[in-house]
Amino acid sequence: MKETKKTYWKGLEQLNNDPEFVKHADREFPELPSALGEDGSASRRDFLKLMGFSLAAASLAACEAPVRKAIPYVNKPVDVNPSIPNYYASTFASGGDYASVVVKTREGRPIKIDGNELSPINKGKVNAIVEASVLSLYDKERLAGPYANGQKTDWAALDAEVKSKLASAGSVKIVSNTILSPSTMKAMQQFADAFGGAEVIMYDPLSNYGITKAAETFYGAAVLPSYSFDKAKTIVSFGADFLGTWISPIEFAGQYGKTRKISKEKPEMSRHYQFESNLTLTGANADYRTPIKASQSGLAVLALYNAIAKKAGVAPVSAPAVEVAHLDKAANDLWASRGASLVVSGSNDPNVQIVINAINELLGNNGSTVDFSSPVYFRKGDDARMNQFVNELKAGQVGGVIFYNCNPVYDHARGTEIAEGIAKARVSLATNGTMDETASLVQYIAPDHHYLESWNDFQPKLGHFSLSQPTISPLFDTRQAQDSFLTWAGSTTNYYDFLQQNWQTEMYATAENAGSFQEFWDRALFNGVYAVEKAGTALAPVGDVASAAAAVAKAYNADNAGAELVVYSKVAIGNGTFANNPWLQETPDPITKATWDNYLTVSQKWASENGVTMVEENTKKASITVNGKSLILPILIQPGQAEGTFGLALGYGRTKAGRVANGVGVNAYELLDASAGFVNFDITSGVEVAVTGDSYKIARTQTHQTFMGRENVIQEATLGEYKENPKAGRYEPEIYKDGEFVKPSKISLWSGHKYSQHHWGLAIDMNSCIGCSACSVACQVENNVAVVGKQEVLNRREMAWIRIDRYYSSDAPADDLDGMEKASENPEVTFQPMMCQQCNNAPCETVCPVAATTHSSEGLNQMTYNRCIGTRYCANNCPYKVRRFNWFKYHDNKDFAGVNVAQNDDLGKMVLNPDVTVRVRGVMEKCSMCVQRIQAGKLAAKREKRKIQDGEINVACATACPTDALVFGDMNDPNSRVSKLLKIEENTTSALKEVNEERAYHVLEEINVSPNVWYFTKIRNKEKNEA
Amino acid sequence: MLSKRSLVGVRLNFHTLAVLFFLLIGTQAFAADPAVSDSDEAVAAGKSLFNANCKTCHKLDQKAIGPALRGITERRSIDWAKRFIKNSQAVIASGDEYAVALYAEYNNTNMPAHEFLSDGDLDNLLSYIEYGDKVDPAAQAAAGAVGADGEVAAGGGVPSEYLTIIVVVLVIVLLLILIVLGLIISVLTKYIDKQDLDEDDKEFVSQKFNFGKVLKSDGFIIIVTALVVALVAKTAIDGLYSVGVQQGYAPTQPIAYSHALHAGQLEIACQYCHTGVEIGKSANIPSPNICMNCHTHVQNVQGKEGISPEIQKIYDAVDNNKPIEWVRVHNLPDLAYFNHSQHVKVGGIECQTCHGPIEEMEVVYQHSSLTMGWCIDCHRQTEIASAGNEYYDKLVQLHSDSKDALKVKDIGGLECAKCHY
Repeated sequence: MKETKKTYWKGLEQLNNDPEFVKHADREFPELPSALGEDGSASRRDFLKLMGFSLAAASLAACEAPVRKAIPYVNKPVDVNPSIPNYYASTFASGGDYASVVVKTREGRPIKIDGNELSPINKGKVNAIVEASVLSLYDKERLAGPYANGQKTDWAALDAEVKSKLASAGSVKIVSNTILSPSTMKAMQQFADAFGGAEVIMYDPLSNYGITKAAETFYGAAVLPSYSFDKAKTIVSFGADFLGTWISPIEFAGQYGKTRKISKEKPEMSRHYQFESNLTLTGANADYRTPIKASQSGLAVLALYNAIAKKAGVAPVSAPAVEVAHLDKAANDLWASRGASLVVSGSNDPNVQIVINAINELLGNNGSTVDFSSPVYFRKGDDARMNQFVNELKAGQVGGVIFYNCNPVYDHARGTEIAEGIAKARVSLATNGTMDETASLVQYIAPDHHYLESWNDFQPKLGHFSLSQPTISPLFDTRQAQDSFLTWAGSTTNYYDFLQQNWQTEMYATAENAGSFQEFWDRALFNGVYAVEKAGTALAPVGDVASAAAAVAKAYNADNAGAELVVYSKVAIGNGTFANNPWLQETPDPITKATWDNYLTVSQKWASENGVTMVEENTKKASITVNGKSLILPILIQPGQAEGTFGLALGYGRTKAGRVANGVGVNAYELLDASAGFVNFDITSGVEVAVTGDSYKIARTQTHQTFMGRENVIQEATLGEYKENPKAGRYEPEIYKDGEFVKPSKISLWSGHKYSQHHWGLAIDMNSCIGCSACSVACQVENNVAVVGKQEVLNRREMAWIRIDRYYSSDAPADDLDGMEKASENPEVTFQPMMCQQCNNAPCETVCPVAATTHSSEGLNQMTYNRCIGTRYCANNCPYKVRRFNWFKYHDNKDFAGVNVAQNDDLGKMVLNPDVTVRVRGVMEKCSMCVQRIQAGKLAAKREKRKIQDGEINVACATACPTDALVFGDMNDPNSRVSKLLKIEENTTSALKEVNEERAYHVLEEINVSPNVWYFTKIRNKEKNEA
Repeated sequence: MLSKRSLVGVRLNFHTLAVLFFLLIGTQAFAADPAVSDSDEAVAAGKSLFNANCKTCHKLDQKAIGPALRGITERRSIDWAKRFIKNSQAVIASGDEYAVALYAEYNNTNMPAHEFLSDGDLDNLLSYIEYGDKVDPAAQAAAGAVGADGEVAAGGGVPSEYLTIIVVVLVIVLLLILIVLGLIISVLTKYIDKQDLDEDDKEFVSQKFNFGKVLKSDGFIIIVTALVVALVAKTAIDGLYSVGVQQGYAPTQPIAYSHALHAGQLEIACQYCHTGVEIGKSANIPSPNICMNCHTHVQNVQGKEGISPEIQKIYDAVDNNKPIEWVRVHNLPDLAYFNHSQHVKVGGIECQTCHGPIEEMEVVYQHSSLTMGWCIDCHRQTEIASAGNEYYDKLVQLHSDSKDALKVKDIGGLECAKCHY
């Protein structure tokens, strides 16, 4: 018998009897420092002594009643009541990144950003960056007042000096990211007029200059078109991460989400092809994804053009042959749905974009899915002009340079050259709010307000306007930059009046039936948005595709043998402007699940060839050299990475962002190449990568790649299968009992709950979840979830209440368990948001020795922090691993002050939601289904003596979700959206609802914990048996 | 047996006597003018009129800003009283001697006219003045020492003073029984001594009670130890339970603001100052701009010259734009969520239910313990104010089978996440 007894090793170390392992073999987490002394010196006696002392100290401390003050206003504003939130419509804009928002304030403090539902652009939705932007208001790194030559000064002195110096400076340039505000442009014009025609030069860190430049050549107008992904039946994207970071991702995600909603009544969805090098968020959602080298991408576009041209009967262009899977299929689909299809490219090469325009013209998409007559202004950056400016600056031809809220020293390809050039300008000034890489090099800093303290207007799209208004008095002695410009121009009008005057002459003058200007203004301010019908001029092609095609054919190469670097940006960190926001740093990248780092993504093939393995967080470092510039950075093995290419994210390697972001990752902007007249993010030559051999740890929140074929977790099918059988892909476990197989829900140890009034539930459509992580940041803000920092993430102690599990498919057969652990070279990706499932038969509740987690009469699994004693039995017994334990006191703790800023310094704490407890050390926490919102909604209904209307209570994650993938509601209300989605038979009180929607399932249904969170099967619009 | 029977007799007699005695005193009331009705309805109607119109300046049995009113129908005619209430200045102007004297006695303070009161109203008012809210002299006597204002709530079950008397009597009776029993024993012993007894019986009879032996017995030691341990444990547990409980906490406030004056005497509604109580979580400490609604005019307490130093503090706050730093009296721990509007607006709970007799407090103190047990007890007993509130319709319908009323506990009022999240 003994020979057949199996032995399990904890790891290779145990098998090898590694001395280091044996030394710590008794410890559960040998890699962590021991809580007790290394030599076991802390004895039971010490423990008792400590306990006795703590008890005595605690009792003594508790005896004295603390004197707490209650300080009312002297003159209470009518609309501000303690404990009652106020909401103000405003606008988030950072360069060209735009969202119309509603700001929730409590006691005069902005604490939460939601989307503005009246906005036709982002339609009430936000993304991770917008959601987190409220914390940047309370950033300690913000400048508290103006600076002159590195010294604090006052505004009067600064104004006097700046005015006199600018007057004699000669040519003055204002450098900025995209400016969406018409009134700001006007104020700058006034400033320019006062100083001999100062020029405004715009650039964008994430440049889309290629599109505007191509439009100029091809259509005769340098504009960015508006895209309508919602009208597209076939979407083809060449490296454009339109769901993550490309141009207007919130808007596009919302449109895309609409085309991914599927039901028995409407079994149709868009088909999405993606051709890209890195595995982007958009690629992860594609039905057909083809990894291609960056050097091939232009040729792939040409090949598509030729395929379409052939169908359209147009002469093809000459192009080198290139083998790209699914390209012909994509062409067929595009042609079949012409007029309702869309081809986009993320390339910044104008020639490629011209060919893209030509393809959309052939398909008749111009005017339907891509509309140049209705331009958007999200990216006005002119790479060529910026390039020229850098040359001028270096040559000392620039007399005065003003950086308007931009940081080109960090986020421009020629940042180091700009840094050198600044000193050559006679006057240099920045309006940046922090002492960042650029501001620290200029003579004068006139810090601007945070956007939540500012008045401004925006025109994101032709005829669409929005306003931003202050939601808090300025925290510091800052001044709105527009006011600075007006002051320097000698104007005495303040920007608020200036703004109103501009609206009176521009918008109000053309408005119909608007009433008085005050009424018009108040309405626009209340709504946050204002739109007029403005028909732009329809553009017809004037350019020629052949010359562009020839340039593409020359610049791209079908068989480049060298390494290629594709620089991308992450969903949460974006271009790096908000890198000092710990909420964004700790948001895991949706694909790699890595936090607090950027890294070189490499293909699995390259890794195995170079002997790099990645066991959980442990990896090796590599050096990458691009045309002489070299960086050392960790390696992350990325399934789906095109062979021969490497990926690297922008937004890291900040040196002067502040204590959170400084020194996190490396700065990839340095590697970008602007020599071709545009900033090129695809570097196809001169790239060398070598493994250095140094070890490194990347903090990832998910280290397993695949779901190991577990159909009880991920259930998916193809569209064809779904049309035949709405239950396609469903896994329906059965349990053997008394001679027959029955559904797990038929067998229960529990007698079951009764929910008389409400039964809260959540339906999650895995088909429209794109994994963008807006929900997880929204949850973090709403529920005061602590940020724990890189080391604690490595220790698997992140606190997120909602996580998005990302699973890759595997090629291995179902019986090859080892093989199934490995993701495919080009895997299918599934995103699954996972939070507390609010089980009706909750396993956590039964094991809590102190009844700290209990069930409510509304179907919620309640967690009572003040009762919890921290046994962690509940977390052990939770099959979904959604409970989080407070291993440390994360608030008011200097060890976490650098990362958990929202709970440590006085300024950061202003962002906390006063309705949610900040948890202490030693207690368990988890998703509460935003019980504070449920309670508030119920109270409002009770006060008004009415029933709750569906939709008036919504959880933070669902509110933020740009694709409406999460639907929350009362399952006892037959008219609620969630009931209708789940097709719940009317059933007033039982906890076990009869759900008739074929796609709806419970994760781990066979254990019958009966969750109140339902998932909808993932449907892929692809033929069977294809990767 | 005899003594026992007599004991029962004594107790019964005593009880009857006591009850009779108190009843007699209770009914021995002032003889009032028969024309004023003493019916309960009239008195009740009169009370609300009195509270609405007179209370600010008058008390029934004490001088306040105006004279004590009880007995007015004896001192003057009902007609005179009615005329005076309706328009005192007219009566004084008519040269009525009593009225003129009264006017002079109270510093020529004008009493506002009450022409709007009907004759019936005045009858009810006088009924209340003569018969309403009488201080029960018996209760006053039994209590021994009642405060000078003597406004003890009368009625409502057996007064505790009676219970004390009964207990004292019982103790005396028990002592008497002990003495009687002792006497019986000594008589019986003497009787037995006269009999011839064998040795065993003698020994049994002459057995002496050994106190020392009892003290040293295991049983005694165990019982005493157990009692001591129980006592210490009880004290310790009570002590620990009271940690953080600040019942009775009455900090000195930056302004000696009196709720007794504002809410009690002047009867300003609580919501007038505590504006958030029906709409939000916190009731709101009023901001000085609310104080200034009245204190722009009222600069001192009635009858005093100049600006009161306490009221001056409000002016200072407003002038210097410096908020008043009140000391919080009710400090719920951060982990507990409490919402005023839920309780006051939705539940219809009176402020006094939790805050106690706030209208009598010169300095506000914490009346309730604010412990979780206290919250839960109330949630167990309180009925839902579901009438006319559509939100509760389904719950009421589902609960209709039950004999008991729909209480907070029945709709999840004892669940953790109602207050902790």
